[in-house]
Amino acid sequence: MTDKEIIASRIALELEDGDLVNLGIGIPTLVANYVPEDKRVTFQAENGIIGLGGLVEEETEIVNAGGMGASILEGGAFIDSITSFTFIRGGHIDITVLGALEVDQEGSLASWIIPGKMVPGMGGAMDLVTGAKKVIIAMRHTNKGIPKILKKCTLPLTASHQVNMIVTEMAVMEVRKDGLHLLEVHPDYTINDVIQATEAELIFGEVLPMKGI
Amino acid sequence: MRNLLNKEKFIALLHDGMSLMVGGFLTNGTPEGLIDLVVESNVKNLTIICNDGGYPDKGVGRLVANNQVKKVIASHIGTNPVIGTMMQENKIEVELVPQGTLAERIRAYGAGLGGVLTPTGLDTLVQEGKQIIEVKGKKYLLEEALGADMALIGGAIADNYGNLKYNKTMRNFNPIMATACEVVVCEPKRIIDEIDPEHVITPHPFVDYILVGEYCD
Repeated sequence: MTDKEIIASRIALELEDGDLVNLGIGIPTLVANYVPEDKRVTFQAENGIIGLGGLVEEETEIVNAGGMGASILEGGAFIDSITSFTFIRGGHIDITVLGALEVDQEGSLASWIIPGKMVPGMGGAMDLVTGAKKVIIAMRHTNKGIPKILKKCTLPLTASHQVNMIVTEMAVMEVRKDGLHLLEVHPDYTINDVIQATEAELIFGEVLPMKGI
Repeated sequence: MRNLLNKEKFIALLHDGMSLMVGGFLTNGTPEGLIDLVVESNVKNLTIICNDGGYPDKGVGRLVANNQVKKVIASHIGTNPVIGTMMQENKIEVELVPQGTLAERIRAYGAGLGGVLTPTGLDTLVQEGKQIIEVKGKKYLLEEALGADMALIGGAIADNYGNLKYNKTMRNFNPIMATACEVVVCEPKRIIDEIDPEHVITPHPFVDYILVGEYCD
């Protein structure tokens, strides 16, 4: 399994039967490939699909939120941007999975701007992390060795105190009131490896091997 | 009832310094024929309100590439590096707005509201210069309503009365923008006799003009 596949397959375990889920672009998109068949999960695309299906290369009339040709499943609906963000902002999305540049131990995240360098914009990310019931961050543990999981984000925030869980190729962490808890570590790494690659303070007791991989 | 519009009549409606709302999401549902005509008109100093910056050679990106745009209001410009570069060089003004906030600001204008209260953007750069209002112990940002001089609507199937429905994911911002502008122009993908009243998404009173001619099947 590649790092991306490890992250996606672990996150798929968090999806419950009946959930409405929005997946961001990149690693989060892969989560859809690992949903067990016995769980009925509905995917939303913020450009206007309830019941998003798989990618379809030649398709131009149905696109996903990344602008790629996609499909709609039986029972799905095309919706406008107001209805789409009523789902997102009104607390009707059970889980959103998004990437990030930085996440901190207080559950704040940065994902939309590197001042002076890169300004793609926030798209729907600020709405998703503020409105979804559960926010899971899917990302590589470090940026080529430089920690991305910090005590406090340094880049401009996407939102403060909204992240519930962080899943990387090394570990599964949960943001709780008292701080960032290390719950699971991938068998290829030790707890010490994770601590070394993390700037944030990790709270842990019994740490389990990473599930779902 | 619909008013049909040809290329010349449409270009006559355009002027320097106007604000245009353009429907579409990463150009899916963007009226490329109307964009062609705005390019041809060469009107300048436009303010463009669109979900995103499109691509350098597609959607509203073509207006930027043609140096017709003074300001872009969008949620995302990452697919159009030309805008990013021009912004860093102070050649274009960019206001980035969270996507849901953008949709609601436009909806609010169309519905005669002054703005909306939302927690999206609290504790971020989006908060700068905005009022924070507390309601029942919860903090919200006051986001003001957003209207424009003209809406360019795409991805639509029109009927003989000027009612619109939309083709698949091309709906996105189109029906919202159709409520929030002085003049609303639609470039339909096709025109049919009558849309079942149960299926009309944008009722004809919102639509001022429908483009006909080579741009419509």
